[in-house]
Amino acid sequence: MTLTRRQALGLSAGAAAFLAFGTKAGLAASDATEAAIKAFTGGAMPGSGKVSLDTPEIAENGNTVPVGVSVDSPMTADNYVVAVMILADGNPNPAVATFNFSTMSGSAEAKTRIRLAKTQNVIAVAKMSDGSTYMDTKEVKVTIGGCGG
Amino acid sequence: MFSRREFLMAATATSALLGSGMAGNWSRLLAQQGLTEDLLLGMQPKGNLTLVHITDIHAQLKPIYFREPSINLGIGDVEGKPPHVTGADFLKLYNIQPGSPDAYALTSDDFVNLAKSYGRFGGLDRVATVIKRIRAERGEENVLLLDGGDTWQGSYTSNITEGQDMITVMNALNPDAMTGHWEFTYGEDRVKEVIESLPFSFLGSNIYDSEWDEPAFEPWKMFERGGSKVAVIGQAFPYTPIANPRWMIPGWSFGIREEDIATHVEDARSEGADVVVLLSHNGFDVDRKLASRVDGIDVILTGHTHDALPEPVIINNTLVIASGSNGKFVSRVDLDVQDGKIAGYGYRLIPIFSDVITPDPEMAALIDEVRAPYEAELGRKLGTTESLLYRRGNFNGTFDDLICQALLEERDAQIALSPGFRWGTSLLPGQDITFEDLHNACAMTYPAAYRSTMTGQMLKDILEDVGDNLFNKDPYYQQGGDMVRVGGMGYTIAPNKDIGERITDMTLLATGEAIDPAKDYVVAGWASVNEGTEGPAIWDVVESHITKNPTVKLPDNQSVKVVGI
Repeated sequence: MTLTRRQALGLSAGAAAFLAFGTKAGLAASDATEAAIKAFTGGAMPGSGKVSLDTPEIAENGNTVPVGVSVDSPMTADNYVVAVMILADGNPNPAVATFNFSTMSGSAEAKTRIRLAKTQNVIAVAKMSDGSTYMDTKEVKVTIGGCGG
Repeated sequence: MFSRREFLMAATATSALLGSGMAGNWSRLLAQQGLTEDLLLGMQPKGNLTLVHITDIHAQLKPIYFREPSINLGIGDVEGKPPHVTGADFLKLYNIQPGSPDAYALTSDDFVNLAKSYGRFGGLDRVATVIKRIRAERGEENVLLLDGGDTWQGSYTSNITEGQDMITVMNALNPDAMTGHWEFTYGEDRVKEVIESLPFSFLGSNIYDSEWDEPAFEPWKMFERGGSKVAVIGQAFPYTPIANPRWMIPGWSFGIREEDIATHVEDARSEGADVVVLLSHNGFDVDRKLASRVDGIDVILTGHTHDALPEPVIINNTLVIASGSNGKFVSRVDLDVQDGKIAGYGYRLIPIFSDVITPDPEMAALIDEVRAPYEAELGRKLGTTESLLYRRGNFNGTFDDLICQALLEERDAQIALSPGFRWGTSLLPGQDITFEDLHNACAMTYPAAYRSTMTGQMLKDILEDVGDNLFNKDPYYQQGGDMVRVGGMGYTIAPNKDIGERITDMTLLATGEAIDPAKDYVVAGWASVNEGTEGPAIWDVVESHITKNPTVKLPDNQSVKVVGI
């Protein structure tokens, strides 16, 4: 019997992830990610704070990684979150989702699931009604697994 | 552990016997002369509340030998800190006399000689005696018994009964709560069925319904003990669906989820909790980090990484308690609670010297009853070992060397891979290897021994991946366990480097040639987390090998070179 590498190793994220997982996502965002962030913010690189990203440290299944984002905002007419963009830094096209909000949203929170082919940074950028922008970054590891204690 | 006076008594009584090289009845004689049950259990009581912790029993109902690791590296901030201290350094750190009962219980130094003197550890009938005595001394209404999980898996009888032997015996011990890890390898249906039948709570704050992303288990529970309200939050092993087969528990998602723990701590306090306990299967380094980031946890009863420490490690006002594995230890934590705060504590890591502690007769009978249908098979002799067989250690263990040898020969492979589990008992030179002993090293629900081809690059990627699970500088990315064991191939590892850069000099031992990234190699292994893995069960592979080679003698394994430490 010959197993495929996927069968033998329990690779949940597919063969592409296997070939690439050895490369650790760096702290610096890729050019494509930076361009997508700037297009979203209108040219500025966001500061930190206000926005918090909720991701697993290690993905259980790279094909469907739960990602949650929440932004600290009163969501009133003069101070609310306009939109939040989620980016996967290792994606050829890093911008994976944008959530638009209004004061009617009540709170700026969203959850989705994204596909990650390899270990990489996930980034959330929030655009506020006064034009200021904030971001949070979390590394999500995509691993083979299989040797727990 | 022992006070200085107690220890001197024990050491004086035993010193005459050390190095005598005699086995057998000496251990009981020694026990009678030196160590006593009172000595092992005695401690200055503190306050009104007592937590009793046992974890990672791995289905060991009977006394066993268990050698602690001689190498257990800590990376980054935890380098050289407990539990990443072994051997003589450990003895020095905790002021333990070499050759003493504590030295034998807590380190691997002079293991074989000391094992002959001091005998086996554990046995749930002995554990029952200890728990009964603590309950009698402190008052049943003042004691909480908490089981950290990895209880239902690790033996032939547990595997064949889907954990029922352990469930029956543990129920008789009457725990107040448990959490889990290997429990989940019996599959979602079985776990649900058992939890419904348990007379206590199975807590798992970090287990979510994977479809709806909602909590799937009771996260925490309030108890009233010793005149205090005690909140116990359960934390199952966060990486169960990664380190073990996800397909067996498709409906559940795990993770560390420390913000959930913080929420439960707040809720518990607002509901009047005087004491907050985290019953955790995170592993020591994960709990050390978690204690530094989540305020308000009084005690973390940690598990998973099988560490046994004679004193709590205190992080951010949290007592982190590590109670070992395989039924070798029971922890007793006395708490003096004043005005909703811990004013003082007492701690004793009680080593279960099986020749010293009297078995509880009811429990002994129950254990014999659950084992009776399998007794003949369990005792069946497969061979004899001339080498010490053990598993713990970051890079290899002799029992895994034996498994890898069996995989190479029985499956006609160039390279063997065996997972770096931390469970599995030890056998002394000269001992028979029984059917039970073999199954103690490999009993599990996904035992298929696969045979496959892999490129040199794939092999490198596997070693890098597992190496990062063990040696990532951020404990939240560590999964516990040890390096995957390798047969037929040598390599060099630099644990302090990053993923992709740790592994070098991979060499095919048969020919001495370097592993070629582009070339295919025939690889045999077991315990793949993938559904549909085919091959004979690993215990059949190893049994067949031992039957053909009934005297096991293993050469010193020098195939892994560790650098940069």
